[in-house]
Order: sequence, then C-alpha cells, then structure tokens
Amino acid sequence: MVCQHCNQSKATVHITDTHPEKREQHLCDECAEKAGVIIKQSHHTTNEILQQFIKHKSGLAGGDLVCPKCGLTFKEFQLKGQLGCPYDYVAFAALLTPLIQRAHDGGTHHVGKVPPTADATIKKHTGLLRLRRELQEAVEQENFERAARVRDQIRTMEN
Amino acid sequence: MGIDDLTKSTGEWLRGDGPMSDVVVSSRIRLARNLAEHPFLGTADAVERTEIYRCLSQAITSTAAVEDDILVDLETTDAIDRIVLVERHLISRQHAAGEGSRGVAISPSETRAVMINEEDHLRLQGLRSGLQLEALWTEINEIDDALSKNIAFAFDRQLGYLTACPTNVGTGIRVSVMLHLPALRLTKEIERVARAAKDLRLAVRGTYGEGTEAVGDLYQVSNQTTLGKSEDAIINTFSETIIPNIVGYERTARETLAKHHESQLDDRVWRAYGVLCNARRISSGETQSLLSPIRMGIQMGRFKPFDLATLHELFLYTQPAHLQKLHGQTLDEDQRAVVRADYIRKRLA
Repeated sequence: MVCQHCNQSKATVHITDTHPEKREQHLCDECAEKAGVIIKQSHHTTNEILQQFIKHKSGLAGGDLVCPKCGLTFKEFQLKGQLGCPYDYVAFAALLTPLIQRAHDGGTHHVGKVPPTADATIKKHTGLLRLRRELQEAVEQENFERAARVRDQIRTMEN
Repeated sequence: MGIDDLTKSTGEWLRGDGPMSDVVVSSRIRLARNLAEHPFLGTADAVERTEIYRCLSQAITSTAAVEDDILVDLETTDAIDRIVLVERHLISRQHAAGEGSRGVAISPSETRAVMINEEDHLRLQGLRSGLQLEALWTEINEIDDALSKNIAFAFDRQLGYLTACPTNVGTGIRVSVMLHLPALRLTKEIERVARAAKDLRLAVRGTYGEGTEAVGDLYQVSNQTTLGKSEDAIINTFSETIIPNIVGYERTARETLAKHHESQLDDRVWRAYGVLCNARRISSGETQSLLSPIRMGIQMGRFKPFDLATLHELFLYTQPAHLQKLHGQTLDEDQRAVVRADYIRKRLA
C-alpha cells in the first residue's frame, strides 16, 4: 500500500480514527513523523522529543496565548521547548498540564522537598500529598501494615 | 587554586572506590533551581543575565558551606580550559559552548560543581566515586537549604521547583549513575537492559550525557520523571533496585565469560594492553575502547601490570583538552594522535 499523503513511499503506519467519525489513514514513516503521529526516538534528546510532542499538540487551540509577565507566546515555547519565566506555568496552565503529566508518567503534584523558608501551609500541603500517594501504593501492594502506618501519619498531620 | 591545579590530579569521581565500584564508576545528583524574581535564561537579556550571575555568585561566596569553592567565570575562560571542565564532568558540553554571563563554582575536592546560567539559573550537582547516592543527597540537600536562606527560588505549591523546561519541574532532581558494562555488551545483553530501563522511565545515555554515544562501555542511567515522586523515593529506587539489579547482571555476565570463554576474555584484555603499549598514533575514542576491557580485567583480578589509579589517569589525560594541557600547547587532531600514543607508551613503560 502506498502512503496516502506523498503517494510515493510504502505506507508503514496505519491509523484508525474513531472520533468524530471513523476514518482510516495509511502513511509512510516520514509523513507520519511530519504529521506528529510517530516520534522517531533515535538521536533525539529529551528536549527534542518533547518539542515534537508539543508541536503535534499545537493543533489544539491556545497557540496565541501570551504570558503577561515575560511576553513569551505559547507558540514560541512550542518552538524552543523552554519557558520564559516562572509565571508561564500559570499563564499556560491549561495547555501545559497535559504535557507535564505525560512527561512525568502521570505525575501532577510535587511531593518532594519544600524550600526551608516556605511557609508551613505549603509544607503541610506537599507532605499530605506524598503520604496519600504512599497510602495508595501500600494498598495496591496489599502492604496493609504500612498502609495503616501511613494512614495514622495522615491523621496526625491533618489534625 | 585554578583550572591548572585541577588538572594535576584525576578528581574525586575517578577514585575508583566506593560501593559496587567494580561496575559503578560514579554517582551524580543535580538539582535545577531558578530565582523567583527573574525570567528564565531563554528570555533574559544580557543585562538580566549578568544580574542573575552576580546575584548567584554573591550568594555562593557568602554561604559558609560553599564559600571555599573555586568560582570560574566561563565567559572569560579559554576554550581548552572549558573543555577540561567537561572532561572532568564538572560542567556540561552545553555550558562550555554557551554564551554570555555564566560560570561554575567547584569544590576543592571536585565533589561538587554549581553551574550558574546553564539551562536553569542554578544547577547544583554533586559527584562521588562508586554508588554513594544517599551521602551525596545529604550534602547537596544541605547546600540547597543553605542557599535557600539567601535566595528565593521559584517554587509553586502544586508544581514544586519551577524550571525552564517542564521536563525538570517538581523536584528538579536528576540522579545519574555511570556504569561500566563491558560484559553485558560482549554477551549482547546490553540492549535488553537498556529496554528494561526505558520501561522504568529511565534514560540510558553515553558518557557525556544527553545525545552522546557510550564510549568505552560506559553508560549513564538517570531518572526522567521529576514530578510526583519525592527525592528520597527516586534515590531509593536507584540505590536499592535499579542499580543493584544492573550490577548483578553485569557480574553474572562477567562470570559467564570467565567460565565459558576464558581465552577470548583474556585475549581481549591483553590484546588491548598490547596495542596501548605499542601504538604510534591513537585516537581518544580508541584509547577509551581499549581501556574498557583492561578495567574489567583489573576488576576481575585477571590483569596485574597496572592498577585502577593508573587506568583512570590514562582515561582522563588522553582526552583532547587534558592532553593539550599536559603537553602545554594547542594540538590539532592529527598531532594529538601521536602525542597521545607517546604519552601512553611512556606511562606504561
């Protein structure tokens, strides 16, 4: 089968879209990569892979969003893979969240170290998140002894 | 103390000792941090960049735990000296090749290097020989705490430490362990290990990090996810599961080679020694490829003519920038091949 896009190379990637209506696509490696359907990993750094993924997602609305603080547009971020200032995480939150989640294996909340000068509320908030995740893991592993211990720690911290 | 003084010895990460040092060459932990009130470096102009550099270098020189570190202004450092720092794993290739205000603060023992204005404003990294992640984390964490008292780092309640690239957000931690895996490569099991590591969301890279080839059978294994797990959890997985497993596979592969392919194993080790002792021209890549089986031979007790310290000396001083420092003049690739072969022959005579 020949690639539907360039009509030259052999189609190696076959996609069936089910939404909004059923549609089949047959593409060669090169056209599939250009369309952002596949990402060839060889010789690409993590940043390049992320950038390709970001570009693929740029079909979504929001490319014109601008950070009011540093003036970076979301499009510029898509090109460079680098944010302009800490506030971009808020300005582009809606578009960044799925990217971050994917880059961090589903992780959406920080459960690590908190700057020692940060206020007590932040420390508590982050500590609770970490414990809840630990509780979930312990239950999944059927380690009920550990789960009970973590549950007690959560109760102490909440009170 | 300056860069010339550093090149007089091989540095901490090549000591060749520490837990599991038969396979684990070194451990590294780095934290990415940014100043809360400044733009990231991609949008910072020259004035802001200089201000960030000034602010961070001042914080370092006024923080007791790091005040004795050697601060190197890379903007005014010559190219060979910058590559010397790359070869010693104190700065990244990107940092050496970068532009504008930037620098690195290096501890006298070279166990710590704090890069200023690399991809993030601050990259705090610690380096140790063998598998020593917990000790490393204790040190780096304390220094991060000490610096935090003088600097407000960009931090968000939900996302943690905010970094220029969202792939580092959260803890901003990168744990990297450099492994010497010659037997796994010889038995062609290395691909299987690399695939298993990727399934665990780990990156397996060459000696000098992202985008580099594994020269001399040296592989760097590092975490890719930095959000949703604590620093301790990431480090524990490395020290208790991932690294001991890979070390176990490599040791088994070495035993298998010694048991079933003894003559081929010894031939590889001693043939490498023969070439090093007799070559009249040699590239840096070939030198490292030949040092690899010898390192394995030393660790397995099958090679006695020289020890690990000498091997590490050869490993470091035959690299392009160190070789030129040692020779005292700039050399092109062609000249280096001759000078390198001469140096090795004299060192092993």
